[in-house]
Amino acid sequence: MSIKQKTHDLKKRMKGALEGGGERAIEKQKSVGKMTARERIIALLDPKSFHEYDLFVEHAAKDFDMDKKYLPGDGVITGTGTIYGYPICIYAQDFTVAGGSLGYMHAKKITKIMDHAMKLKVPLIGINDSGGARIQEGVNSLAGYGEIFYRNTQASGVIPQISVILGPCAGGAVYSPALTDFVFVVENISKMFITGPEVIKTVLGEEISMEELGGARVHAEKTGNAHFFAESEQECFEQIKQLVSFIPWNNMRKALPYLKKEPKTAEYNIDKIFPSDAKQPYDVRDIIRSIGDDSVFLEVQAMFAPNIVVGFSRLNGETVGFVANQPLFLAGVLDVDSSDKAARFIRYCDAFSIPLVTLVDLPGYLPGVDQEHAGVIRHGAKVLYAYSEATVPKITVIVRKAYGGGYIAMCSRHLKADFVFAWPTAEIAVMGPEGAANIIFRNEIKNAEDPDKVRQLKIKEYKKKFANPYVAAAYGYVDAVIEPTETRSFLIHALEISQHKSEEGPKKKHGIPPF
Amino acid sequence: MAKKVEIKKVEPNKEPKYSTFVIHTAKYKTLLTKSFTERKKWVPANDKLIKALIPGNVGKINVKKGDEVKLGDTLLILEAMKMYNQILAPMDGIIKSVLVKEGAIVPKLTVLIEME
Repeated sequence: MSIKQKTHDLKKRMKGALEGGGERAIEKQKSVGKMTARERIIALLDPKSFHEYDLFVEHAAKDFDMDKKYLPGDGVITGTGTIYGYPICIYAQDFTVAGGSLGYMHAKKITKIMDHAMKLKVPLIGINDSGGARIQEGVNSLAGYGEIFYRNTQASGVIPQISVILGPCAGGAVYSPALTDFVFVVENISKMFITGPEVIKTVLGEEISMEELGGARVHAEKTGNAHFFAESEQECFEQIKQLVSFIPWNNMRKALPYLKKEPKTAEYNIDKIFPSDAKQPYDVRDIIRSIGDDSVFLEVQAMFAPNIVVGFSRLNGETVGFVANQPLFLAGVLDVDSSDKAARFIRYCDAFSIPLVTLVDLPGYLPGVDQEHAGVIRHGAKVLYAYSEATVPKITVIVRKAYGGGYIAMCSRHLKADFVFAWPTAEIAVMGPEGAANIIFRNEIKNAEDPDKVRQLKIKEYKKKFANPYVAAAYGYVDAVIEPTETRSFLIHALEISQHKSEEGPKKKHGIPPF
Repeated sequence: MAKKVEIKKVEPNKEPKYSTFVIHTAKYKTLLTKSFTERKKWVPANDKLIKALIPGNVGKINVKKGDEVKLGDTLLILEAMKMYNQILAPMDGIIKSVLVKEGAIVPKLTVLIEME
C-alpha cells in the first residue's frame, strides 16, 4: 500500500469510530434534548483545541456474544484541549455506544487520561452520561469504577476535578463525581441516584420519577451534591468556563490574574444595600458585588443552604473565595447544611491557594431538635476545622452581628485570621442583646413592678455597652474598624501584604476532620 | 464557537415576603427555606410501637392480638435487604394489635405491632 492508500485507510477507520453509536442512537440522544459526547466536548473547549486519543480502543469482553460486537471507542471519548487557553484533560461518556456503559477498556481510557492530567498537572473534566456498569463484563466493570475512584481521591487537592452530569449517572458511578471538586447538573437531563425508581418500587412500593428522585434540582437544592445548576447544556458549559477562569491549574500555582476592574458601585452601592438595623435582611451577594472586581461573583451551591453564600470573585485581578452569612435566608444562621457547604468550600480554597474573605453577619446557630439530632455539633465543627486548618491568607470582615459560637466559627482572630476588620455597625458579643439582658438581669426583671419596661431598659443598656465592635477592638481581636466603603481598599491591601504568607502546622500524616 | 449564554443569577423574588424568625428571643426579618419549613417535628419515642427500621416485606407473623410475649420472643420476620430479619419483643407484654399482614410491603418506620 502507498502512503496515500494507508492514509485513506486511516480516514476510513476514523470515520467508522467517529460515528459513535450510529444514526439511530444519535437521533434518540437528540430527541431527549441531549447533545452527543463529541458535540459537548467541542462546545466546551476552545475552537479546534480538542485532540482525541484512544479512538481505536476496543472493548475486551468475550462472554454473552460480546466478542461479535463493535463498540466505537468503547463508549467514551478522551483527549486534551484548552479553555480560554488553559490546558484541560477531558473525557466524555458516549451514551449512543452501548448506553455509555462502563466496561474494562472504557475505564482504562478514563484512568489513562486521569493519570495524564496528574502528570501534566492540569484540570480534569469528566462528562458523565452512562447507563452504569456493563453487566456483560461483570467484575471487570466494578474494577474499572474502583480504579477511577482511587484516582479521583489521589488527584483531590492536586488538580481541579470537575464533573458534568449530562445524562444518567447511577449506582456506583455516582461516587466519581461525589469525589471531585465541582459537580455540574442540567435540568431535565442530569439524573443521579444510588438505586433507581424501579428498584425502589419493587422493594418498597414507593413510586417516584427519576427527576423527583435524583434530578438536577434535587441535587442542587436538597442534597447539596451538585454545585452548579443550569437550565441547558450550553448554559452549563458557560458556567464551567467561568469557573475554570477563576481556579489555578494545580495546587502548586496560583490562579492566573485577570484584568483589573473597579466594581459597579452605581449598581451595587453599599450605603443603599446595607440596613444598619440588625433585624432587617439584605442580600449579602450584593455586598460582595459591591466589593469584587467588575461586580462579578460566581456563586457555588447557590440553591443549597442559601443561609450561607460561598463563591469566587476577584480583588485587583486576583481570585478570592468569599464566604458570607446570608441574612436574607433564616437570618443567616449556621446550621447542618450551611456548615457543611462552607467547610467544603474553605478546604477547596485552601488546597488551591485561593485567599479567603469572610463576611460575618449571623445571630448564631439554628436552634431546634431536628438540628441537634441531625448532628449540628459534628457538622458545625467542620467550619472550625476548615478555617483553623487553612493556611491561605484569611481576611474577615464583621459587618453586623457576630454572636456567640458563630463569631468564633466565622474565621475569627482566634482561628488565626490574618486580618479582622469590622464595620462600625458590627455587634460582637456573646449573644444578642435581648438574650443577654434576659439572663444577666433575670432577677431585676422578674422582681420589677413593670418587668417589660425594665427588660427594654436593660436591653438598651446592654446594647449600648456591648453591641459594637469596640469591645473586641479594645482586646485587639479586631484589627481595624473601617467604613463600609473602605472595605475593598482594605481587602486589596491586606491581600497584597499577605502574598508571600507561609505558615506550617505541626507535622502529621493527616488530621481527622469531623467528616 | 459556542453561543454566549448569559448565566442566570439565582435571585429571590423582587418583593419577598419576609417572615419573623426568632433566635434567642431576638426577632429577625428573613426568608425561610424549604428545608426549614418542611422539617420533621420531633415526637417522643414510644417503646410500645414496634416499627420497621428498614423497608421490606412482612414475612411470617408469629403473634396475634391478645398473645402474651416475653422479652426476646420473635414477633415476626421482616424480609429486607436480602435477609430474614427477626423482629423481637423489646419487653414482656401483651400484643395489643398486629397492624400488618403477611406479604405486605412496608416503608421505613411503619408501625408493625403495638404492645401493651
